[in-house]
Amino acid sequence: MTISETTTDPVDLGLDWPATRLGVENLSVSFDVDGRQREVVTGVSFELTPGSCVAIVGESGSGKSVTARALVGLAGRNATVTADRLELHHEDALAFTSRQWRKVRGRDVGFILQDALVSLDPLRPVRAEIAEALRLHDWGNRRERAARVLDLLTRVGVPLARERARSRPDQLSGGLRQRALIASAIALDPDIVIADEPTTALDVTVQAQVLGELEKMKDRGASIILISHDLSVVAQLADHILVMRGGRVLEQGTAAEVLAAPRDDYTRALIAAVPSEHTRGRSLSSTAPAPDSIALGSVARTSGTVLEAHDLVKRFRAPDGSSTRAVDGVSFSLAAGETLGLVGESGSGKSTTARLALGLEKLDAGSVRLLGSAWSTLPEWRRRRLRPSISAVYQDPLSSFDPRWNVERILLDALRGQRLSPTARRSRVRELLELVGLTPEVLPRFPLKLSGGQRQRVAIARALAPRPSVLVLDEAVSALDVTIQAQILDLLVALQKASGVSYLFISHDLGVISHLSDRVLVMKDGRVVEEGAPDEIFRRPQHPYTRELIASIPVFDPGAFAA
Amino acid sequence: MTTLQAPPIAAPRPRARPRPWGLYVAGLLALLLAIAAIVPQLLATHDPFALDYARALQGPSIRHWFGTDESGRDLYSRVIYGARESLLIGLGAAAVGILLALVLGSLAALAIRPAAVVVDRFVEVMFTFPALLLALLLIAIAGPSAVTEIFAVGLGTAPGYARMIRGQILAAKNSSYVEAATALGHSRTRIVFSHILPNALRPLIAVFALSVGQSIVWASSLSFLGLGVAPPSSEWGALLDAGRGYITQAGWLEVVPGLVIVAVALTATTIGRHLQSYLEKGEK
Amino acid sequence: MSKPTSSPRRPSRVGLVLFAIVRKLLAAVVVLWGAATVAFFAQLALPGDRATVILNIRDGQAQLRTAAELAPIRAEYGLAHPVLQQYWDYLRGLLGGDFGNSYQQFRPVTEIIGEQLGATVVLSLTAILFAWILMIVWVTVTAGRGPRVRGIGALVDVVAAGLPAYWLGIILLLVFALGLRWFPVIGGTGVDGLILPALTLAIPLAGFMAQSTRAEFERALEQPFVLTARTRGMGDWEVRLRHVIRHATIPAVTLSGWALGATLSGAVVVESIFSRPGIGSVLIAAVNSQDLPVVSGIVTLVAVFYVTVNLLVDIAYTLIDPRLKAS
Repeated sequence: MTISETTTDPVDLGLDWPATRLGVENLSVSFDVDGRQREVVTGVSFELTPGSCVAIVGESGSGKSVTARALVGLAGRNATVTADRLELHHEDALAFTSRQWRKVRGRDVGFILQDALVSLDPLRPVRAEIAEALRLHDWGNRRERAARVLDLLTRVGVPLARERARSRPDQLSGGLRQRALIASAIALDPDIVIADEPTTALDVTVQAQVLGELEKMKDRGASIILISHDLSVVAQLADHILVMRGGRVLEQGTAAEVLAAPRDDYTRALIAAVPSEHTRGRSLSSTAPAPDSIALGSVARTSGTVLEAHDLVKRFRAPDGSSTRAVDGVSFSLAAGETLGLVGESGSGKSTTARLALGLEKLDAGSVRLLGSAWSTLPEWRRRRLRPSISAVYQDPLSSFDPRWNVERILLDALRGQRLSPTARRSRVRELLELVGLTPEVLPRFPLKLSGGQRQRVAIARALAPRPSVLVLDEAVSALDVTIQAQILDLLVALQKASGVSYLFISHDLGVISHLSDRVLVMKDGRVVEEGAPDEIFRRPQHPYTRELIASIPVFDPGAFAA
Repeated sequence: MTTLQAPPIAAPRPRARPRPWGLYVAGLLALLLAIAAIVPQLLATHDPFALDYARALQGPSIRHWFGTDESGRDLYSRVIYGARESLLIGLGAAAVGILLALVLGSLAALAIRPAAVVVDRFVEVMFTFPALLLALLLIAIAGPSAVTEIFAVGLGTAPGYARMIRGQILAAKNSSYVEAATALGHSRTRIVFSHILPNALRPLIAVFALSVGQSIVWASSLSFLGLGVAPPSSEWGALLDAGRGYITQAGWLEVVPGLVIVAVALTATTIGRHLQSYLEKGEK
Repeated sequence: MSKPTSSPRRPSRVGLVLFAIVRKLLAAVVVLWGAATVAFFAQLALPGDRATVILNIRDGQAQLRTAAELAPIRAEYGLAHPVLQQYWDYLRGLLGGDFGNSYQQFRPVTEIIGEQLGATVVLSLTAILFAWILMIVWVTVTAGRGPRVRGIGALVDVVAAGLPAYWLGIILLLVFALGLRWFPVIGGTGVDGLILPALTLAIPLAGFMAQSTRAEFERALEQPFVLTARTRGMGDWEVRLRHVIRHATIPAVTLSGWALGATLSGAVVVESIFSRPGIGSVLIAAVNSQDLPVVSGIVTLVAVFYVTVNLLVDIAYTLIDPRLKAS
């Protein structure tokens, strides 16, 4: 069950590990970009044995997905794959013709991609997709295939399989359609399953179900290659872990070795960057910024309650005229210098609540008060005077910037409300950049040319420009890689400590929420189901939904592997 | 049909190519066209109106590059001298069409509610009429002439552009950056003029170039049908109309002016496409 | 900051679909009413006294008319009534299939159009069929290949879409009818006479549809579900034909109403080149003689076709693909 280290003599490998299903040695992938070869994966080696799970962990651009695709001969039309050895069931896969590859795919190797909403053909019922996997390998006749489809759906835990099979992916819930995707991947009982980010973009409760299915497959003897950016997901399933960055394997070993005693700095940073309730008050990144407190003194300081929401109701009209309550009786208050975390899965109404708090959406009932004065009841032209007190940071900073403007123009524009001389305005722009840990070099650049982390820093600088008392952060770190996310979270903590700004922090990620929040609201179907300090909520969840949510979080405790 | 005028669906994004040879060729042709329109004497080899019945209906030769017509006039020189009128009609029609579209599209997207809905519906109604039919309707009312032709083609193409402009403005209006500007406390007027209009109207120059090409083709279609500029003129559509009676004996009278129109339309399209991708890249 | 995609209490699907269809029907009726209104007011727009204009068109000469001459015309066209009354009568007439009377031919417009409509509709539908075949084959073969093939594919689309119908028609006529003698020069209503005119309309239409189909085709090829299909062991051609084509043709299908309008109006040019019978010659004659009831009758009729086909496509999609319902 253990996996060989690649440093051992390659000649012995085949003899030492007769049960190896997939042997990879020194795999490299390069792409032909405008006539030049660009290597994106370099020297990946591992052995996959029955009933085990090899995980490849890395952030975006690490080459992990390309590696996974190269293993089934799908690296791409302009890709060149080389390896000292690529053996699938003891056959030389490097010599496979495209016809041979097609025979192998689906029959010997199953492949599961992320979110089935896009990974299954949205125009076809799921049964057509599953049956296709059987038909392509001439399995049975039409009737036998139909029976097997139902059998497979039942096996991956889809209730009422007969009706569900007729549905298209968008008609199924996230959990059911992901199960259908799994059913199509394992239709022919392949003994190798490659799962490329199988839980990304899924709600945490669905993620737990999917990981459970993968676990069951492994127990039945399948070999799994798990590709993920999320260490806590990997920790659930992996026996052997490869950490990749920039196309190279920085470190590999058993799960215990890599997680409990990482040798590489990057692995250590990656592990330290995972936010959770245990990391509260701790810096997640090594490059924790220490914002200049003089510069920060200029952010407004307030005391008492800054934002108060009372019984908010927002209905959305369906096309047939009936209405649904996206937000249904939500109340909360936010004190100066406090972080209120709003957590919920997709469709829970948390983002709508954020928009209501910002006065960007009309309330159907209830009220919001800002700094003790009326807010939601005012007409927009009167709200404008108060707008500097509350600003927002969004999940996708790029789309929130005017594409024609560079960073300098964006920040100058944000300072417009304040009566400053041109020189004062320019120096304030530099001050803001410094605050968020950027250098003036970014000023003439366009957001598209910046990295994701830099963009989010510019967005935070813009939000801080009017000296707000409240910052609404709507999934502000969700799209970032975990190490970048760690830096931004550290920045947010430092900014708050120095300035006393309050955060309304919205996220689907319980780890992030519990790392940052002083108090937490749990939302489901437009209602607040539970409220309290993160400790209370995690240790003694009262509402059944909260309990389910917390049980679904993959436990990530690197220390546990040491034991 | 020729100029299938673009209905408002997503335009295919041109991919970056290493060397834009097409653009170089288009640029050269545009230059030649400009010369032909401004100083045709420089390019013409004959007097476009000189009759020479002895040389009637001769095929292309060294002496007459494009051949001669039924009265022995040199077709090449007639094409060169026709450039000015043809281009003016194309430019005029494109200007009329885009201006009309700009007014309708902006009102439909930005006017206050009841007015916007009315304009929006009106644009939809006009879009149900194919461009050629709308143009013919106007000609039926006003009678055929060069000026009518300009307005007819402009009117015919305007609904499609109006829909496109409306879509662009709405997309900008619903964008995250506009919401971010609202959250910063900027006024509505300021947002319209500093974010919505500049972003929505950015591709308009490219659209204008595309429209000039289309308009020339539309206008020549009308002349070809005998409903635009009439034959004594050497406007390209009129040349086509004049040559129709001689298809069996003198095919070049139709083929050559048509080829010139196709080349001009492709030139405008190529320049428009490149402008479009340049403007799109500028955002990135 | 997106609105919730799914709501906890979802109304029944049948109800939703029915509601969407009723809404679309109402919207179509409003658009048609607008089209009829435009057509009516276009008839009023002729400069001068209408009765005089009508008489002059009829006789082909411009002169002043006496009241005695004008009276029967006024009565026949209801010109004595106030404009609103005329408008009302016109709308009522349209509902009953009455498009008014021709100024020139003393006959109902419906009769004049009816005699010629069949040939044009056959031409139009054949052209659309040809365009689809050309477009699907061309895009499936060239889209999403290497840069060179893709470049040629896209270039052909653009050039084809930009070809003027009159020129293309003449070229086809010169090459295939006069040169190779494969087809008759003067096209009758037979199958032989149909192919060149239909191709003349089909090639630019195919080029135009191919542009949006190609973009969508290449987008779909990049979709995760295509990768999933490949990981099941599906080959490239099967992926294209079984998965990608369905997605790629959606924009072109939604253009059907527009394509019908474009080919019906394009028929004006093509029928004139190939001397084919059809509404084209009627329309050109009517425009020349300012016979506005005929012109606006044809325009209204094409608008009806456009709206009807759009409505059918829309409803079909509402039934087939619930994702498009909202838009």
